[in-house]
Amino acid sequence: MSTNDRGTVKVENGRYRFKGKFHYGYPNDPIRNEDGELMGITNPRDLTHVHMYGGEAPFFEGLGQGKLLGTRCDDSNCEANGSIFIPFRIHCPDCLSKNTIIDMTETAQKGATVHTFMITERTGAFNTLPKPIRFVNVEFEGVPTILMGYLSVGEPKIGMKVVPIFNTTNPTYTILDLSWVPEETNETELPEGFTFG
Amino acid sequence: MIKFSKRQLKTPKMQRPVYLVTGGMSKFGRSIPEKRTEELVIDSFVEAAKFIDKSPAELKEYIHSCYYGHFADHFGDQLLGESVIHDRLGLDPLGNIGIKTGGATGGSTLWEAFKAVASGYSDCVLAMGWERMDEVPTDEGNNYIASAADKDWETPLGHIYTGYYAVMAQKYWQVFGKEEDSFRQTMAEIAVKNRGYARMNPHAQGPMDITVDDVINSPVVAYPLRALDCCLMSVGAACAILCDEKTANELTNNPLEIHVAAGSHTLRVADRRDMEIPLLPNESEDMYKDLGDRFPGGDRYPGFTGFLAARMAAYYGYRMAGVIDPTEDFDLVELHDAFTISDIQTYEDIGIRPYGEGRTYVESGDCYLTNPKTGEPGKLPSNLSGGLIGNMHAVGATGIMQAIEVGQHIWGRWAEMHEPQSKWDLFGRSKPDDWTNLQVDDAKRGLAISHAGVGSHVTATILVHPDHQLERNES
Repeated sequence: MSTNDRGTVKVENGRYRFKGKFHYGYPNDPIRNEDGELMGITNPRDLTHVHMYGGEAPFFEGLGQGKLLGTRCDDSNCEANGSIFIPFRIHCPDCLSKNTIIDMTETAQKGATVHTFMITERTGAFNTLPKPIRFVNVEFEGVPTILMGYLSVGEPKIGMKVVPIFNTTNPTYTILDLSWVPEETNETELPEGFTFG
Repeated sequence: MIKFSKRQLKTPKMQRPVYLVTGGMSKFGRSIPEKRTEELVIDSFVEAAKFIDKSPAELKEYIHSCYYGHFADHFGDQLLGESVIHDRLGLDPLGNIGIKTGGATGGSTLWEAFKAVASGYSDCVLAMGWERMDEVPTDEGNNYIASAADKDWETPLGHIYTGYYAVMAQKYWQVFGKEEDSFRQTMAEIAVKNRGYARMNPHAQGPMDITVDDVINSPVVAYPLRALDCCLMSVGAACAILCDEKTANELTNNPLEIHVAAGSHTLRVADRRDMEIPLLPNESEDMYKDLGDRFPGGDRYPGFTGFLAARMAAYYGYRMAGVIDPTEDFDLVELHDAFTISDIQTYEDIGIRPYGEGRTYVESGDCYLTNPKTGEPGKLPSNLSGGLIGNMHAVGATGIMQAIEVGQHIWGRWAEMHEPQSKWDLFGRSKPDDWTNLQVDDAKRGLAISHAGVGSHVTATILVHPDHQLERNES
């Protein structure tokens, strides 16, 4: 498929403005068995979905700017008052009031540890991470939740101190813009495009 | 939600008892290119009708509403696939609805069907589940499955669902398994057992005669999980007919009382906040006071090591059926062995063993039909169907298949449904020379656990022979 006319979208006056192609169709092919009998057909297609981040947009924008944003429930009537959420939650899961966005970058730089991890060579279609992938689930001082991400340098271990790195050079505006490396990793060891923020 | 209110913890009280009357299954396979999904669904329905000596048309006359479990529309590439199935079964104009809760879809379908009868809406319902996972290559299949994780926060990370669970496996392996070779062996034993039992099941897709070493030497998927620790990806269908007491007795002389309960937990494991362990009837607070001392790192509940949804399904379900101790009160279980290690985690969540001690259920030999240590019947045989590892995981059908398998033991008709040469021939499978009858002697009560992914949804289906009901505390 040619990507020259691949679809792009803008939001103007609260409406989507689509430009370019969002789907490509191809002819079907028959599927036959070894005796030449018709069993079925292929159904090829390429298409592009549009997806809005809504209230989470600041988080994904923040990654490209070297910032790790979380949220906090500031509702004094809520039992979860003061709880910090990372993954970023727009609303408190208990009282459903709108959380306050807070910058967690420094907290993550000072006190992030690997809660658990896994290493896999297996991936699904559309994976863009280099293999093997080293998943790390990172916990922060004073935060009740445990963020999932991937380690870009070294081998993971439970309890290991890690720091966040960010794709600030050419952001994808996805969770892949955030990665982790062991504490005291040198800037020259970071993957292309990534910085300490 | 960290704390539960009293109202949230209320034991579900149904308007009237509900009975499982019959069930049926299609062949299960990694691919079944010669049949449409509708054909597999009809195969399972015909088997269910035949099981109670009815023609499909006769059975259909009793059905009043229909509950369809089909997890992945994108695998089938057909939105409203339920409507296609409903039409091909010739069940219009009855009301029908689709149910999808990931890997627990089959169990959730029974949950909905159960409530429809219990409420009085219908006297007889069809719970039908299916999945067709063979119409894309495996890596695209993995991407589709990974689409059931959070699409912004998890799916881009490798597009591999196994990975999102494997981090839990790693934590359990290190904290409760203490990375011991003996624990690794215990995990492997489950894979050997379930694939071995699958050899006696003509429906089963993954029968294997293997050893613990075969499992431990199989390729690493995500350490400590190896290829033979993991469940299958399948095509197939299974259905059950649920009725009120009067209708059940019109259709059969041997219906089984059924209870179904459900629990849930966050889609992202990342969001799980700490809480106190909700206790099952056979547990006390004292049991877990020193959990963190015995298993350093194990004091965070449910953390990455427990499935709260499974705990809650058992919490409600046991109280509905009067179950105090699952090992004493059940005669067999079918558990959601998506991975050997998640099977062990589940033993603890549902109270077969206390938290931290799941491995002893396998190591004691209790989980076998015949305890290999004593030569006596196992206390609570598990996954005699072969489970998800040896039989199948055609997602929407899985929880229903489990319940039917448990039912066939309580009905004392397991051999009748698994032995006939004609069935092996029909499915194009060779019956092993050492085929063995796995019927659990005098089975009265059983449990099936249906589970989604990292534990977002879990159901507990409890089947009880009406002559062997347990005393229920109505308070």
